[in-house]
Amino acid sequence: MKKTALALAAAAALLASPSFGADKVKIGFVTTVTTPAGVIGRDMVDAVNLAMQDIGGKMGGLEVELIIEDDGFKPETGKQKTDKLVKQDDVHFVAGFIWSHVLLASRKSALDGGKFLISSNAGPSQIAGKLCHENFFSTSWQNDQTPMAMGEVLNQRGVKSLYVMAPNYAAGKNMVSGVERTFKGEILGKDMTKWGKDAQLDFSAELAKAKASGADGIFVFYPGKAGGAFIKQYQQAGLQGEIALYTVFTVDSIALPNLQKAGMSGVLGSLNTQFWGPDLDTPQNKQFVSGFKKAYGRYPSFYAAQSYDTIFLIKSAVEAVGGNMDDMDGMRAAMMKADFPSVRGPFRYGNNHFPIQNFYLRQVVEDADGVWTTTVVDTVLKDHQDVYAAECKM
Amino acid sequence: MDAGLVAAQLLNGLQLGVLLFLLASGLTLIFGIMDFVNLAHGSLYMVGAYFCATLTDVTGSFLLAVALALPATALVGAAVELLVVRRLYRRDHLDHVLATFGLILCFDTLVQMIWGPEGMAIRLPAWADGQQHLPGGLVFPTYRLLIIGAGLAVAAGLYVLVVRTRLGMRIRAGASNPAMAGALGIDIGLLFTLVFALGAVMAGLAGMMIAPITEASIGMGNEIIITAFVVVIVGGIGSIRGAFVAALLIGLIDTMGRSFLDMGLKLVMSVQAAETSAPALSAMLIYILMAAVLAFRPQGLFPPKAR
Repeated sequence: MKKTALALAAAAALLASPSFGADKVKIGFVTTVTTPAGVIGRDMVDAVNLAMQDIGGKMGGLEVELIIEDDGFKPETGKQKTDKLVKQDDVHFVAGFIWSHVLLASRKSALDGGKFLISSNAGPSQIAGKLCHENFFSTSWQNDQTPMAMGEVLNQRGVKSLYVMAPNYAAGKNMVSGVERTFKGEILGKDMTKWGKDAQLDFSAELAKAKASGADGIFVFYPGKAGGAFIKQYQQAGLQGEIALYTVFTVDSIALPNLQKAGMSGVLGSLNTQFWGPDLDTPQNKQFVSGFKKAYGRYPSFYAAQSYDTIFLIKSAVEAVGGNMDDMDGMRAAMMKADFPSVRGPFRYGNNHFPIQNFYLRQVVEDADGVWTTTVVDTVLKDHQDVYAAECKM
Repeated sequence: MDAGLVAAQLLNGLQLGVLLFLLASGLTLIFGIMDFVNLAHGSLYMVGAYFCATLTDVTGSFLLAVALALPATALVGAAVELLVVRRLYRRDHLDHVLATFGLILCFDTLVQMIWGPEGMAIRLPAWADGQQHLPGGLVFPTYRLLIIGAGLAVAAGLYVLVVRTRLGMRIRAGASNPAMAGALGIDIGLLFTLVFALGAVMAGLAGMMIAPITEASIGMGNEIIITAFVVVIVGGIGSIRGAFVAALLIGLIDTMGRSFLDMGLKLVMSVQAAETSAPALSAMLIYILMAAVLAFRPQGLFPPKAR
């Protein structure tokens, strides 16, 4: 696979005529490197570096320059860094973005500056709908889709009533509206907790309420380290067996190592939905997961998977125009085809440039080496498009 | 609203309260005795948590790790006092804030260099990891009950230390009038180092107790220290008794706000509006209390006598 990629790059290099346009592909990558959420940013930066290695540091015969910026988990900092990438570094692509509120604050700077904006994670409803833009692309999902898949799972499993918990910010609201859209039972209670650099991590009061509500299940969205903290307290409060746990973006390869170390075996067997899984059987995913584990000694998270795809999406665009970085129309047309080896397998882009893709049910298991991970057990939604695409006039 | 839930939330509020007291007692002593604003108090909370996590890994016992991490945190506290803080007593409060903010950045970066960005989990012993069945059909996590017990025990110990011992007498003398205490032959330099280390130990203990619930992570003290300052101001600067009452009050208000505010708001506004405004409003409650205290009783609820 690596050889093919190199051969392709070499072929493209021959075809390219680097005498015109830029002599370098410049990619700015905004993520969270500091604060406790820096553990997510590390996974993304590691994946991007791995992708750069796997493509030999070149796209369409051009050198690739990667500039990593830290948003500090703050919308205003994310915007400042995006401005810097657009005006000072004059990058061709602004990519990255874990957080919906950071992406929403930064989008105008990148798009008004005439750059391509690629979200490697955040998928706020606004950008999928009314604020959609021809130069925006996502390598992840729209926020509502994954919880919509979970709502379907809950219906299939006969869950009648639900307690809902999520952080109080753009993505948290999308996650809640997503599960509410498909779940047919009754929602007995809802808590939106404080989020950001000083996020609430002690959920004692909320868990006591969830228990008193008598719901069949609890649906939660707590990305990053908050996920691990939530699961621990769920188990310490003895809610296992009383109120079944269903999560999105909470139990992943970032939370699992610490949960395993803390002996929180209650998480084994719990269910979550996702567009991807480390054991998803595609050639690109095999190369990615084994390469990541070899380089960094741990499982990649979905954040890493999407970041790896980001580099390959950009590469497909640069190669399609033979390295002529001034050909924005050519690169846009190429990206709309989604003609690159994605870790999730083949997919296509909708009118709003969000992927139309499958969503899977995953279960937490112990792998052959005794490491806790997730495995895909079922396909919940096939070729699913987000609901906001209809609001996008494009 | 059933009585069981209210009782559970009272216990949750009490648990948050004793944790806040451990942090605020050190802060109020340092503030009251040395007239020193220590923003980096939260860093000692973090250092305590990381020491405890590492020592739990090494020794395999959480309790042993706590026993070893407490003196280690005291040493860090004493070192910070001797190397940095000592030079700042004569400066004004703005300099204290600047210097200790710098300390926070140093501590956060040091922790990232030593332990990495991913945080550390602490595995509780099996006997502490379950739940207790309390009278009235209430089921409550064992470990949270332990926090309440340990916190109240430390509060009692601190009371005895300050009110019944010679060291406590000196601390109180230092708090009332450091110049006079110095003139009477008390080694003020040594006393300040001791008080700073004592504050560090209690902040570290709070960090060690919360880490098995959340985890030891970078910057974990930076949020809770703001709440601890609110406790100090509401209780009265320099007053341990004030810190105790204010910590419990704020722990209860915060927990009760998170628990029942949305229910109350739904009675007077639409469900949608209640759901969005309740989290914002409950996060504000303790600051509203602080503003009220500052307006009507600026010296705090229990100001120390003879200042």
